[in-house]
Amino acid sequence: VNLQRALVVGALTAVTASLTWLLFVGLPRWSVSRRATPPAPAATPARPDAVRKIKARLFYVGDDGRQLTSVEQDIAYGESTVEQAKAIVTAQIAPVAEPLVSAIPPGTALRALFITPKGEAYVDLSPELVSAHPGGSTNEMLTVNTIVQALTVNLPSVTSVQVLVDGKEVETLAGHVDLRSPLKAASH
Amino acid sequence: MLVGVAALAVDLTLQSQAPSLTVLSREGRRGLALTVVNGQEFVALDDLAAAFQLAVREASGAVTVTYKARTIVLPPDQALASISGRLVALPSRPMRTGGRWSVPVEFVSRALALVYDARLDLRRTSHLLLVGDVRVPRVTVRHDPLGSAARLTIDATPRAPSSVVQEGGRVVVRFEADALDVVPPVMSPQGIINGVRVDGLALGIELGPRFASFRSTTETLDNTTRLILDFTARAADPSAAPAAPATPPAPEIPSLNQPAPPISTMVIDPGHGGADAGARGARGTLEKDVTLAVARKLKAALEGRLGIRVILTRDDDRHVPLDERSAVANNNKAGLFVSLHANASVRPAVQGASLVVAGLSDADRTRTPAAAVRLPVFGGGLRAIELVPWDVAQLGFIRRSDEAARLIAVELQRSVPVAEPAVIHAPFRVIESANMPAVVIELGYLSNPDQEAQLATGEFQTTVAQAIMEAVVRFRDYLGGGGER
Repeated sequence: VNLQRALVVGALTAVTASLTWLLFVGLPRWSVSRRATPPAPAATPARPDAVRKIKARLFYVGDDGRQLTSVEQDIAYGESTVEQAKAIVTAQIAPVAEPLVSAIPPGTALRALFITPKGEAYVDLSPELVSAHPGGSTNEMLTVNTIVQALTVNLPSVTSVQVLVDGKEVETLAGHVDLRSPLKAASH
Repeated sequence: MLVGVAALAVDLTLQSQAPSLTVLSREGRRGLALTVVNGQEFVALDDLAAAFQLAVREASGAVTVTYKARTIVLPPDQALASISGRLVALPSRPMRTGGRWSVPVEFVSRALALVYDARLDLRRTSHLLLVGDVRVPRVTVRHDPLGSAARLTIDATPRAPSSVVQEGGRVVVRFEADALDVVPPVMSPQGIINGVRVDGLALGIELGPRFASFRSTTETLDNTTRLILDFTARAADPSAAPAAPATPPAPEIPSLNQPAPPISTMVIDPGHGGADAGARGARGTLEKDVTLAVARKLKAALEGRLGIRVILTRDDDRHVPLDERSAVANNNKAGLFVSLHANASVRPAVQGASLVVAGLSDADRTRTPAAAVRLPVFGGGLRAIELVPWDVAQLGFIRRSDEAARLIAVELQRSVPVAEPAVIHAPFRVIESANMPAVVIELGYLSNPDQEAQLATGEFQTTVAQAIMEAVVRFRDYLGGGGER
């Protein structure tokens, strides 16, 4: 019986060890190599007739303070979907003047952005997104939805958005909205 | 006029079959037929026009409703109404059947109330529409049997004075009002009190054979008058009963025959804590302090009044990870998990409490719990264990969580500002992993100066704690009454 138990314990240890290797060494390597591959060609082809600017819908806090309202603005034109997505996010997180009020904390900058073949946009923003956030779940939802809406409304090929902060996945921005997986556009 | 009005209270309890809206004004009362389509109640515009002197026209593809030169425009394909340029949302678009236009019943409170001269107060749950200055307090009665005693808690909102007298085998509570909006309690005779009947502007409490005496106290909570009636039972004294009692005595330990209460443990989560202060008001009020203060008051109320075991996820100012908060609820097999928060918006005008129920994505919804797997257990052997994925544990409870949120909203609405819509669905981390009905309660906005002042006071904190406790009572009744279908 003791021999049998020792065998079981040994087998379990081996399984645990290999799982640990997979989790901490294998998977990160795999995902890094996947993320390093260039994104697929833009689903929405660049329009050759556009000059330098393109119209986009940007999102700001509505008068009711609980929902977003959109405004059409000229933003920089991007050669590819990724470049266009970067231009949209850069314009969206830029400071705005009254009467517009942005839900993005001041000082937030875009660090990186990439789009997977499945249409998941990974938006990596600077730590101010969390450190300068005023808190409150309404503000938090407005902040997250601003980024999700700006990308999914303007770029039909983007189906969901994963927010990263300082290069890392975060649980939440301010303690409420789950950011562990990509978020889809709010359906209205 | 008052005679016509007073009969209303009795009718209210009988109308659940054919839905209709009772319109109550100084002039009297009338009924408005309602049609239910997909769970939404509609009222015909023609009927509203007759009751409120409105003119209804169809012009250039839209329906216009005019009252004294004030116009409401209803685009037929949209769930909204336009009142002189201001848009209000409706739960659904207008509906045309047999040449008549019908609108969601919320049209009355959200659109018509904005143009109408008199005050319009729509009470959805009791199907009551109050016009102008009529005093119709909403009266709730709660019965707590306490073994050799019993307590009735009678709340009237808005405040209404009442008198209490004993008349023969009844204790009569008479209200000063034009009508009562009463939900009579469902109770079984237990010897001290045999039942509560609504009789015009009075509640008649039928006394049972064990009744000995009663005592009444009145207290005022913001907009509510609370009357507490404490009844005591006659002491059992066999020598003083030479003849067999006419009525067999009620069982002394009724709990043995009753099913266990559906909520025996509840976990309350005071949001944030430690370095994470949460939202911050302009005058420095911190969300983490408000949530802890309300949690302690709520725990005291639930334990003292309902005898529920209450566990707080933190009882001091410290950081607790979100998963650990849900784990406290899961590990203690809580019947209800409530996470308390205070809100903030970059627009300081926003105010009102609101409730959040987990909004899991479509992908999450299609995930089914894994079939039972067989795992080795200590001492050898295998045991089948059903695995519930941690991050979507809430999936099976959304409907019950919705009901809990609705009941809390209804109770909060009686005494504190509540935002519109009151209940939203959102992927909130702390409730997604809860393996029981779970809601986040946002108590109000710290970013609003008035609300910051309110949220910091013990009085306001007590008021919301009491409202949540009342909702827990109703939610327990909902679970116990086979509310799940």
